[in-house]
This record gives sequence, structure tokens and C-alpha cells, in this order.
Amino acid sequence: MSLRRLAPPDVQPASFAFNSDNAKWAEATIAKYPAGRQASAVIPLLWRGQEQEGWVTHPMIESIARMLGMPFIRVLEVATFYTMFNLEPVGDHLVQVCTTTPCWLRGSDAVVEACKKHIHPHQKTVSADGKLSWMEVECLGACANAPMLQIGSDYYEDLTGPATEQMIADLRAGKPVKPGPINGRRSSEPEGGALTLTEKSLYDGSIVGKHKPVPPPPPPESKKPGAA
Amino acid sequence: MLADKDRIFTNLYGLQDPGLEAAKKRGQWDNTKAILAMGPEAIVDIMKRSGLRGRGGAGFPTGLKWSFMPKEVKERPHYLVVNADESEPGTCKDRDIMRHDPHTLVEGCLVASFAMRANACYIYVRGEFIREREALQRAVDEAYAAKLIGKNNIHGWDFDLYVHHGAGAYICGEETALLESLEGKKGQPRLKPPFPANVGLYGCPTTVNNVESIAVAPTIIRRGADWFAAIGRPNNTGTKVFSISGHVNKPCNVEEEMGIPLRELIDKHCGGVRGGWDNLLAVIPGGASVPLIPKNICDDILMDFDSLKAQQTGLGTAAVIVMDKSTDVVKAIQRLSYFYKHESCGQCTPCREGTGWMWRVLTRMVKGNSTSAEIDLLQEVSKEIEGHTICALGDAAAWPVQGLIRHFRPEIERRIAEFNKVAAE
Repeated sequence: MSLRRLAPPDVQPASFAFNSDNAKWAEATIAKYPAGRQASAVIPLLWRGQEQEGWVTHPMIESIARMLGMPFIRVLEVATFYTMFNLEPVGDHLVQVCTTTPCWLRGSDAVVEACKKHIHPHQKTVSADGKLSWMEVECLGACANAPMLQIGSDYYEDLTGPATEQMIADLRAGKPVKPGPINGRRSSEPEGGALTLTEKSLYDGSIVGKHKPVPPPPPPESKKPGAA
Repeated sequence: MLADKDRIFTNLYGLQDPGLEAAKKRGQWDNTKAILAMGPEAIVDIMKRSGLRGRGGAGFPTGLKWSFMPKEVKERPHYLVVNADESEPGTCKDRDIMRHDPHTLVEGCLVASFAMRANACYIYVRGEFIREREALQRAVDEAYAAKLIGKNNIHGWDFDLYVHHGAGAYICGEETALLESLEGKKGQPRLKPPFPANVGLYGCPTTVNNVESIAVAPTIIRRGADWFAAIGRPNNTGTKVFSISGHVNKPCNVEEEMGIPLRELIDKHCGGVRGGWDNLLAVIPGGASVPLIPKNICDDILMDFDSLKAQQTGLGTAAVIVMDKSTDVVKAIQRLSYFYKHESCGQCTPCREGTGWMWRVLTRMVKGNSTSAEIDLLQEVSKEIEGHTICALGDAAAWPVQGLIRHFRPEIERRIAEFNKVAAE
């Protein structure tokens, strides 16, 4: 477990409201769940709130609790339980570095060092220019492309220390950075090109109609007790 | 090596278009109506005879799980919930299915929901997979637009499919914690029984399946249970997506036959262990939760549920984490212990307190600041955590530690001796 508390009152804004697009989106999201089960939408709504504001604020929790007819404490519980909710302000770019064993084996220490050197010696602290902050996170599920990090919605994979330094410099300068593996891979195929799934006939449509589903044979007649 | 024609996820790497038209050309949505025409019992029967065991880690037979659902719908609706909360360290297979081959999953959801008489299905995607969620939602939207799913669709079974997401909690991969989370609560596992097939989502009969288990179903039914059962070994049938990470020359995901020798998997698909096979130290064969195995076991082990179980480890999610001789193996496991400490939901005392305790002890052991007796104590405490919690996270935290002590006790002892020697000087 990790101890998570809301930011102190002097950091909290006075109010929160979804902008009109997000309000419309929230309505559609709540409708995905059966009547009376609108609490199911709490995580998606908090997430959209965080996307709008950068972090989860006290007034946001109150507002979403009202929207979903939930007690404040239930929404607070959710906001503090799930670690993707930032409970304090973060930099414009939050760099989340995976350091769990599969990434560590492939050199995530060098990625962390780059963040310490070029963002801030301490994680979860906004850099002097206010543009970046970084934090260590647990396995992000891209282990075949380790080491990797996440910024916003995108994964940056197959990293090295120098590549991370370059990426941080580009972000700081407002230059675009390309998501995905940085070493020329498309995704999780082996480096240098896929060794499987190279058969052309998989993709030319020739498989359509080739396999007809066959119902299973009826179960063998079981003899009724007492029958001859 | 498995032939390409027997692979189910033919766009695993995203080299082809993930869209509906291209997916159809790859054989998805091919006469799905004929599958549904067989009726729920026949579908469940085929799944049972295929021998498919759940791909989420526990390896429970999928067809049998489906058969636990009530045979008729009474006042409570049935639900299918797909577990796409892929968070087991080392595992990155469902991610590729969702972003590159999403129609296998969408079609699987329809078929599985029909077999379990559910008219609605929720896919719970881990919060970090934002692009994957978007890719999946695109496929769902395409399927709705083409009337493959939805009300009055061409298959004659009203079916709504919703993509839901979490916000960063490993524990939500546990099926009842996932249901709690989906209901808008903290992800704390429920006590079983009642099992989800009786009281699941919103108190209704529910089945929770892994992405891969659901996504392979349409192909299995189309090609027949015998086709699937002929691949692999008895009781360990079919194909499986392996994720290989760590110290191999070319880490990758690959769909292979169950029971493939570990060495063949690494040598053929990953360009071998870094520095050659003899440079191998140990392998975690099934994701962070399973005990590691040293090189001498790796030499001829087969990658399936039963072979790995016989070596006191497991296939888990088939996430192979390779460590070469340069690895600080105690540190590698200590890092996993930190993971479990971080991810414990805090509900059960043995896990909440024990995961932190094990991490602290292992942190000292990395440096050797410990005693031989403390290794015994660590083993004992891990046994007190295992099996004494509501869910399996306690077990998952204990097993890697037990594996370390089982196979690398001399290494821990060596560090202790060295540390004490330096301290005495």
C-alpha cells in the first residue's frame, strides 16, 4: 500500500467544473452503466477531470460525488486508492519511468539517472522551469520493449540513458517526440524484423470461408437407471 | 516451431491494418452467425473439448468456467467481464491483442456472451493502456457500425459491449477486485464464495475471463476443438502468446505452441540469451508471481502448466523474464517484493504487513546485512502469508521469495558472510 493524501488546502483551487465537451462526454459515460449503477463511472470521470486540470483536486472530488450521487468519502477513497490519480500539481509533462524488474534488468537505472540529472534530483517534484516532473512507477506492461516510460497517453520504449536525455531536452524545447520504440522496431516483434507471421496467405483473404464451424457430436445416450 | 497457419493472432505485431475490413480478410468475423447457430451448449462443449485453460495465469479450464453460469436467465441479467487489467510484471501480450488484433477480442466477446446468455459485456482495461483502450474502442465502434454487435445486429443476439478502464492498481487484475472497481469502489477483493458465476457484477451472474482466453474462442470454434487440442501436450493444449523480456538478445512477444522447450523459445525467437546459453543464471517463467528457476532446470524444461508445476513454479501468464550471470538476483527479487508491497490493497493483515516486512528484510539481504537464521525466518514468514489472505496477491508475493531461497540460498549466505567479515574488520 502507499500512503496517499490530498494536497494541502492552500494548493487547492476554489472550484471545479467540467468544460462543456467533457460534461457532455460524462453524461454519455454514465449511460454506459445500468440505471442506479452510475457509481461505476467514478474512475472514468475522475480521469477525465485529471486530464482537464492536470491533477485531482478537492473541489473535483466534491463535484463528481454530486454528479454520481455518491458520498464524498466514497469518491475520496477511489481517488486515493488508485495511483494514477495525481493528488498534487505536476509539471506540464509528467515522465513516468517503469523500474520494475523486467525494465530494471534492461537498464531502467540509466533512465532514472537521466531524469534526476535533467528534471529534478527528487521524483514527484516539478522542475525549476515548471515544465517537467518525473516519478518511478510499477510495471506498465510493455516488458518486451523495456526499458520504457510513459508521458501522457503515450509509451516511449527500448530506451537508453542518452536517448532519455535527448527526449527530456526535446520536451523542454517544445519539440515533438515520437512515441513507441526508439530503435526502429514497429512494436513487440524481435529487433531486426518479425521471424513469424510472414506467410503471405494469412493476409490475402484466402482464409475466409476455409474453416466451417462444426457442431460437436451429440453426447452418448446415457442409460436410464433400471433400463435393460 | 508452430506454423504461421496455426497462429491465431496474425496481426500480433501490428504490421497489418487493425481495422475491420483487414481483420475480416484475416479470417475474423467469418461466418460468426453459424457459430451462434450451434447454440450455447454446443459452444461450451467445444470449448471444453479444446482443453483451453485460462490465459490469465491460473490456468482454469475456460469451457468449465463458462458452464458454471446459470442455464437460464431469471430476474438477474448475466454479464461477461473481460479482464484486460494486464499488470503482471513481464506480461505484455494482451496489450498487443488490444491494439493490433482487437477484432479477435470483440468477436470473442460476442461468442462468449452468447454462450453464457449475457447481453452485455464490459472490458476492463488497465488505466495506463490509454492508446490500447482507444484502439479497442475504435474496433468496438466499427463492429457497432457494421451491425456485428449492438441491438438488432446481424447475428440475432442483442449484445452491448462497453470499454471501461481502471486507474493504476495491480490488484484489480484479481477478478473480484476487478468487479469492485467496475462498480466504482476501491479494488479490494471479495471473499469467495459466493463465486462471481452466482453473485458477480452488480450482484448478477458474471464470468470474468482474460483477454487472450476470450480472443482465441472464435478461432477455436471455427477450426474445431480437435485442431486446438492437437497442438501442445495433453492437458496443456493449444497456442499461447509468450512475452520474453530481460537478458535476451531480442526481447519479443510470440505466439507459440504450449509445451515448447524454454531453450527453443529463447534461441529461436529471441536470438538467444545475452552472452550465450551458458551465461544464463535464472528465468522467471510465468510473470513476477511465480518462483524463478535456475539454469540447470531451464536446460530442458517445457513451457506448459504441468511441466512447470512439477518444478515448483508455474506458467502463469507465460511472461518469461530472463536473467544472465551479470544479474544481482537478490536485488531482482527484492524489486519484485517492493512491487507487491506497493500493490497490496491493504485489506488482509498478513499481506499488508508481510509484503512490507519481506521487502525490508530483502533490502538488507541485498547488501548481506542479515544472518543465516533470518533466511529461515523469511522463509517462515512467507509461508505465513501464503494461503492466509482473501486473494492470491499474498501467495504471489511469497512465491518469488521462496523461489529465491530455494535456489539461491548459498548466494544470500555468501553475501552475509562477506558483509559480516567487512563489519568485523
